[in-house]
Amino acid sequence: MPDLVEARELSYGEAVNAALHRLMAELPETLVYGEDVGVPGGVFGVTRGLRKRHGDRVFDTPISESAILGSAVGAAMMGRRPIVEIMWADFSLVALDQIVNQAANVRYVSGGRLSAPMTIRTQQGNAPGACAQHSQCLEALFLHVPGLRVVMPSTPQDAYDLLVTAVHCDDPVLVVENRTLYSGPKERVRVGGPVLPLGGARIRRAGWDVTIVTWGAITQRVLEAAEALAREGIEAEVLETPWLNPFDTEAVVESARRTRRLVVVHEANVTGGFGAEVVARVAGAGVPLLAPPVRIGTPDVRMPAAQVLARALVPDSARITAEVRALVRH
Amino acid sequence: MSERRLADLLTMWRIRAFEEKVRDLRAEGPIVGSVHLCVGQEAIPAGACDVLEPQDALFATYRGHGWALARGVPAEPLFAELMGRATGVNGGRGGSAYFTAAEYGFHGENSIVGAGAPIACGAALAGRFDGSNRAAVTVFGDGAMNQGAVHEAMNFAAAFALPVLFICENNRYSELTPIRDMVRAPRLADRAAAYGMPGHRIDGNDAEAVRFHVRDALEVAREGGGPTLLECMTERLVGHYIGDAETYRQPGELDRIGRREPIVRLREGLLADGVPASAVDAVEGAARAEMERAATSALAAPPADPATAREHLYA
Ligand SMILES: Cc1ncc(C[n+]2csc(CCOP(=O)(O)OP(=O)(O)O)c2C)c(N)n1
Ligand SMILES: [Mg+2]
Repeated sequence: MPDLVEARELSYGEAVNAALHRLMAELPETLVYGEDVGVPGGVFGVTRGLRKRHGDRVFDTPISESAILGSAVGAAMMGRRPIVEIMWADFSLVALDQIVNQAANVRYVSGGRLSAPMTIRTQQGNAPGACAQHSQCLEALFLHVPGLRVVMPSTPQDAYDLLVTAVHCDDPVLVVENRTLYSGPKERVRVGGPVLPLGGARIRRAGWDVTIVTWGAITQRVLEAAEALAREGIEAEVLETPWLNPFDTEAVVESARRTRRLVVVHEANVTGGFGAEVVARVAGAGVPLLAPPVRIGTPDVRMPAAQVLARALVPDSARITAEVRALVRH
Repeated sequence: MSERRLADLLTMWRIRAFEEKVRDLRAEGPIVGSVHLCVGQEAIPAGACDVLEPQDALFATYRGHGWALARGVPAEPLFAELMGRATGVNGGRGGSAYFTAAEYGFHGENSIVGAGAPIACGAALAGRFDGSNRAAVTVFGDGAMNQGAVHEAMNFAAAFALPVLFICENNRYSELTPIRDMVRAPRLADRAAAYGMPGHRIDGNDAEAVRFHVRDALEVAREGGGPTLLECMTERLVGHYIGDAETYRQPGELDRIGRREPIVRLREGLLADGVPASAVDAVEGAARAEMERAATSALAAPPADPATAREHLYA
């Protein structure tokens, strides 16, 4: 049973930790494992205290992503509910088979007689000085794979709630966190509440001139941009869609119908990004727009380590503000 | 004899002084982001690079500053790279964990654990067709021995008798986790037998021992005898990355490993052999002075130009 509902001041990383503690307590079939997650408590401290409290259900693994993910598939087939960590989304690439060819196929091919209720926690994105192999935003890769669920919380409350939902879900779920958020400001987080259903969007800011759809850590940059635009008289509606699969198309279409302008912002590079899918869905719904929709993301380039170079590529609030302004004044 | 050991000492001091300067610059601000130092592990690049030929290919890891220096990459463009300067060895694109300088036979660091091993197989394979008599060296940690890519590369190299040298720097930890808890058979060199190649566990804190075994393995490799695995036992005297709280250390561990670290050991050996202390200590002074100069000029260089950030993506 969940702890009593209470409000606690938690950072994003602490909220993930609180969710893991709750899940391990209420679901005896959960396991938590990955590189450095057990005794050390995680390279970002997010799994701290779990091993002390839950013993052998929390453990460190060799640097063997295929074995981490593949064993999660197997354990999940047998009724465990593994929550495994891939330290950086970039490292999932050495073991994609276990996610794409294996986890995603279990339920479908067995006609529902088997399932793989596993959760993969990872984190992604650029941070100051991070190199090309530690900076990628890979959600679109996983969103292209039917059979996986993908969620990208950006607030402490969502970090808590959506992880709880993910682990209770009977499908393989990829939870994509962001290391630049872990030690961010503490917020009041309601813990111990009911398990929320999968899916849903968040109106982070209401407006009527333009709909900005976004997800992940860049949501904060979008909100800053929206404030700057408001000072110029442009009222942007910021719709955060932490759930990318299932994706709340209806919420986006409904908002775009009202504002009749659409911008999608993600940190991932533009080509083949999920922003293209969002634009296509709105177009497919026949929403009449006043101006062509805009996708804002990192340009299609590798990520340089030097901060001065990376800053020129990863969209910041100034660039978002300028592009949205140009669209609205079109 | 003592001349070669003094040369080893200089290589090791250059690496140590470089790393300590990097640590300071990271604390002071000019270097940002995650940095992995090789302090304590200097004898391995010092011994190995001494016997590499110019045509040989070298693939290191994020803990590769020492390998770049020992291979002959000058310190200044390395410092500049770490500080995101236009004069950086990769113009700021690589950073601490991803240097490359092919013109020095340094084919790069890599920040994906184990990724360099299959690539080294390819560099060796190319040598079969280009008449270069190239050998390829891939360096990785103890933890990387548990990565699938490394297993595949070892079998691939052995099956085709490729001239590859697998150098495992066993510093007893993979990030924050002791390797002994992650394997059942702690002598990693023993795995070589399963692939049908020689494997040796050697003293990685002794540049002379490293040189001896690397030379031997490369000779065999160049003659068509196939790959070798060298497990070089060493210890890092610092955290996995700058900022690591090192809570996994045992009480007294750092004191213990400090007594057998390669620079202290070589210094004592040289003194015992009658080399005057002034000559030994002059080496440290020269290395530190070089690194101060290199860091100062790197700091004075202009930052990388954002207008170039999209260049070099395609042919
Ligand atoms: C495929 C992959 N998994 C995980 C990581 C994260 N990581 C970076 S270094 C490291 C530990 C490597 O240990 P070891 O191979 O012993 O090398 P050392 O750092 O001790 O030199 C880990 C797990 C990574 N970079 N790549
Ligand atoms: Mg190690």
